[in-house]
Amino acid sequence: MTKLRSVLSVATALAVALPAMVGAAQAQTQIQVWHAFSGRLGELIDKQIADFNESQDEYEVVGTYKGNYTEALNAGIAAFRANEQPHILQVFEVGTATMMAAKGAIKPVYEVMAEAKEPFDPNAYLAAVAGYYTTADGEMLSLPYNSSTTVMYLNKDALEKAGLDPESRPKTWPELEELLVKLKESGSACPFTTTWQSWVHLENLSAYHDLPFATKSNGFEGTDTELVFNDDLHVKHISMLAEWVKNGLFKYGGRRSEPGALFRSGECAVMTESSAGYAGVKAEASFPFTVTNLPYWPDVEGAPFNTIIGGASLWVMAGHEAEEYVGVAKFLTYMSSPEVQAQWHQDTGYLPITTAAYDLTKEQGFYEENPGTDIAILQMTGKAPTANSKGIRLGNFDQIRTVIDEELEAVWQGEKDVKAALDEAVARGNELLRRFEQTAR
Amino acid sequence: MEKRVTFDNRLLPYLLLLPQLLVTIVFFFWPAGQALYQSLLLPDPFGLGAQFVWFSNFEYLAGDRYYLQSFVTTAVFTFFVTLVSMSAALLLAAMADQVIKGAGTYKTLLIWPYAVAPAVAGVMWLFMFQPSIGVLAFYMKAAGFNWNPILNSTHAMTLVIAAAAWKQISYNFLFFLAGMQAIPRSLIEAAAIDGAGKWHRFRTIIFPLLSPTTFFLLVVNIVYAFFETFGIIHTMTSGGPGQSTNILVYKVFSDGFVGQDLGSSAAQSVILMVVVGLLTFIQFRYIERRVHY
Repeated sequence: MTKLRSVLSVATALAVALPAMVGAAQAQTQIQVWHAFSGRLGELIDKQIADFNESQDEYEVVGTYKGNYTEALNAGIAAFRANEQPHILQVFEVGTATMMAAKGAIKPVYEVMAEAKEPFDPNAYLAAVAGYYTTADGEMLSLPYNSSTTVMYLNKDALEKAGLDPESRPKTWPELEELLVKLKESGSACPFTTTWQSWVHLENLSAYHDLPFATKSNGFEGTDTELVFNDDLHVKHISMLAEWVKNGLFKYGGRRSEPGALFRSGECAVMTESSAGYAGVKAEASFPFTVTNLPYWPDVEGAPFNTIIGGASLWVMAGHEAEEYVGVAKFLTYMSSPEVQAQWHQDTGYLPITTAAYDLTKEQGFYEENPGTDIAILQMTGKAPTANSKGIRLGNFDQIRTVIDEELEAVWQGEKDVKAALDEAVARGNELLRRFEQTAR
Repeated sequence: MEKRVTFDNRLLPYLLLLPQLLVTIVFFFWPAGQALYQSLLLPDPFGLGAQFVWFSNFEYLAGDRYYLQSFVTTAVFTFFVTLVSMSAALLLAAMADQVIKGAGTYKTLLIWPYAVAPAVAGVMWLFMFQPSIGVLAFYMKAAGFNWNPILNSTHAMTLVIAAAAWKQISYNFLFFLAGMQAIPRSLIEAAAIDGAGKWHRFRTIIFPLLSPTTFFLLVVNIVYAFFETFGIIHTMTSGGPGQSTNILVYKVFSDGFVGQDLGSSAAQSVILMVVVGLLTFIQFRYIERRVHY
């Protein structure tokens, strides 16, 4: 398989390089794709694009890395204002409401597909994923591409050193706490850390326990939504984490994915992270590890429900020629084909976004060979999503996340009471929602 | 009596002024006017439409206590950046002024940091002081100091001040050194013959004679700390922990270019423009009087 792949990549490189050398003899229609992937993920998306280019000779897709998610979105917006937008822009889930509100700037995926007469079945996509990017009328606006959900990673060596069963998989937060205390007692300097604190410990906490993060079905039913993550369970959960910080169980490592390095280097024994962190952990960690479900609170009836996704989708930008959109449609079809998605899922830890890709991965026996890799998809699809666990669609969400980060940091520093901090985050976040409501009107 | 040069041609003086005026209009008045206009709008990020909202962007800011807090943060940041970078530069300049052998090498080396872009400076300092991977953070920990700029506001503030000040030292050094070399040697030698020690000479002759340079640098450094440091903040702390390093200009940047709230961002830049204008006015009105040219 690896051999075949390297042969393929050589062939791909030649296929890409040759036409360029000939001097672009035949005029191909160029399709610009702006994405936010560097490093290993960047290589993988480049490979997908190269394979597509090799598979046909009418269109040439050009992928460009535009910085992190926020920077890529900004580059897209700035380019649109200058009338130089790409055909396809990768936008993270947090930017979904912003893109949806920009009616004249985007071209909905279902429309692109219909106009290009490209076969397209929205039901082929996992409901839990597609729902995030679909309107109330069932129209898919952007193409799901890389979606992940939050899972827990445990360092087996660290567990063994602490005299614990290396196979332990704590199911609930109290169980995890017991384990962390033992790790601490055995001398671990960092029993626990987390990436994306707002996403994991407030947004997913809400969905996982069927609690609203915001009213109006987390914003799916309108922009007049209000944040409500200052409920009893949220306060209880954040109080527990604050206690952990105080007792040296939880080491705070930053707002986004930076704390992942603490786990990969072996410093932290347990981490809650995106399932897409799998590729990085597998590549860098010099110790055996387990991937397991996000813990839940056992006293909540019916818990655990399902977790929600993070990641990004592909948006088609308005303002290009009709024949270019035909190429865009062909590229989107290629990107969601079972083979491409299954490979992507297996390489990265992102969810397979179509049922076909999931089935294909099962057939290939990937889950048996790599235990833990199906945790994310089972956790996402284990139960039918409720109004609270379909996803979150808020305007100014990036700024709201920053507000939450700021308030949580005040809690970790011991400067602020948990309830006061969450109340403040809700109040400040609501102001941002009102501003968005006004601009989106 | 001053001698005045007069032009015979009435048009010529305006023609000669024109290039400078054009530059000022295109690069200052026009963007400033745009900012002023935008601050009254509530646009959507894509520029598809905008509502005229009068002063509601300003009202929104006035009601945001974190915005008011940001003024205090900026004041602290600016004060320390200016103080640290100017005093360090003065010390280095005073020493370089006395070096005879290899003076050129020292001077060149000291000027280098100025060529480093703020964002790059931020990343370099972060590499040294990042609690998990930083070399210096490692030694600080080994020495028993619990260094944690990710969660400790004071540590974070110290770090960004150090990085911002370090970058500006070169610039200040250059001006201080030039200022010192412009002081007539005879004055200093005369004082030395009269028995004044090094410190005494510095305090009573060099420092007062440097005052035009010091004043100029004060204005420049304050403007630097206000406007040019967002790259450092962005790469090092993103304004955190909490909002403890969220200075005004970083908030303009993050609200506008991260949050896509262009109306609020424009309103903030207008406020910032007024604040810096006022500060410079005060400096020229009150401090400049004490400057001997």
